[in-house]
Amino acid sequence: MIEIKNIKKSFGEKVILGGISGKFEDSNNSLIIGASGTGKSVLLKCIVGLIKPDEGDVLFDGRSLFNSSIAEIKKIRREMGMLFQGTALFDSLTVAENVRFPLDMLMGQLGDSEKNDMVMHSLERVGLEAAANKMPSEISGGMKKRVGIARAIVMNPRYLFCDEPNSGLDPMTSIRIDELISEITDEYRMTTIVVTHDMNSVMGIGEYVMFLHQGLKEWEGDNKSILHSNSQALKDFVFASKIMEKLL
Amino acid sequence: MSIFEDLGKYVLFLQSTVKNRESLRVYPPLILDEMVKIGSNSFVIVAIVASFIGAVTCIQTADNLVSPLVPLSVIGTICRDMTLLELAPTFTCVVLAGKVGSNLAGEIGSMRITEQIDAIDVMGINSASFLILPKIIAACIMIPALCILAAFLSLMGGFAVAEFGTVISPTDFIRGIRDGFRPFNIFFALTKSFVFAFLISTISSYKGYFTTGGALEIGQASTHAVTNSVIGILIADLILAKLLI
Repeated sequence: MIEIKNIKKSFGEKVILGGISGKFEDSNNSLIIGASGTGKSVLLKCIVGLIKPDEGDVLFDGRSLFNSSIAEIKKIRREMGMLFQGTALFDSLTVAENVRFPLDMLMGQLGDSEKNDMVMHSLERVGLEAAANKMPSEISGGMKKRVGIARAIVMNPRYLFCDEPNSGLDPMTSIRIDELISEITDEYRMTTIVVTHDMNSVMGIGEYVMFLHQGLKEWEGDNKSILHSNSQALKDFVFASKIMEKLL
Repeated sequence: MSIFEDLGKYVLFLQSTVKNRESLRVYPPLILDEMVKIGSNSFVIVAIVASFIGAVTCIQTADNLVSPLVPLSVIGTICRDMTLLELAPTFTCVVLAGKVGSNLAGEIGSMRITEQIDAIDVMGINSASFLILPKIIAACIMIPALCILAAFLSLMGGFAVAEFGTVISPTDFIRGIRDGFRPFNIFFALTKSFVFAFLISTISSYKGYFTTGGALEIGQASTHAVTNSVIGILIADLILAKLLI
């Protein structure tokens, strides 16, 4: 379980996160949603430790990310996998080398064949074993996202973070990526946090949804209750899509 | 950001490249890779610049020393000392600040913009150490080597003028190079090139590592990397000349 406690973050005078707390349960797809500029990505970066919050803490199964020894922080980090918005694949490495990268860096004790097996298993899991020797520039946006997922799960992480996994993808591919994230979360029994503003993702995989508005947690619940919330900001967000209005 | 804040951030950045570094087995292949990039890719430009500078120095020195009271071999001596003390280390490093420095800042800056550095950090790898330390070590090995090459080719450029021109005979030029040679000058040149290499690699990496924004900012980071490295080289040149000579 990941617990965030009173996370506050400002850049200069501008308050981005005004004190956000919440719990993300194991084997759950937790979604952080909100309009653009509400601090979703900043919150995710605070959770994974890429940005240090001004106040507050993040606990990974009780272990603090910001108040632990460096060795403990490294240990927590090595239990994380992350899919970045722009995939963040290394341009100079092939698909297989990208997936193998964390193994080479962090699992020096493993032999080559063992590492290759792990890489191929991850690539098979995302349906990309045929693209193993291609360069990132030779594959589509959806395939890059899947390579990002393969790289994130190759170390068998306990926590998976996805920053806008559907951005720039067509609706069909978006649904496939959502399904993949959901299946992997169940299979690996991970704690998964997805930052998105895609209502299809919310309705499809959102077992726990946290809605941010103006840097604060405005609402939390599951995707079934989201359509009936009393929050006007959430209603405005959800029903910005006419399809959602018709669904209700 | 004030210059002192920037300087403090630079020092902390340098500290982060060695603090909590990765396992030592990770670095040798990365260092070799960077050595090839810095060394072989800069060989041609350094060779061209050094040869021509040596030839021009010989011609201009000869032109200014037309006197029956001054032996012609002095031209060779002046060319040697100018090459070893200033032209080979400083001029080569200014050229390399443009080539290697902009390349480093651009490469690291684009990795920052495309979140590749964040990806490395999230894996629990010290990105500063993993990405920057091999570049610093490689630069500190290859740039002094390139400066030695530049010194040799610069003197060869002067010798070519002596051989194929009329201003000085090759014998006088060689005698001048040998006369009153101080081995300390080699040590001085190597010390300078080592310090300049450190400045080029660290300043450029620093500029790239803290790039924010997009393509425009990557270009700006490269430009700042070159200008700041050159300023750093000139300041260090003055300090080292004062301290060591």
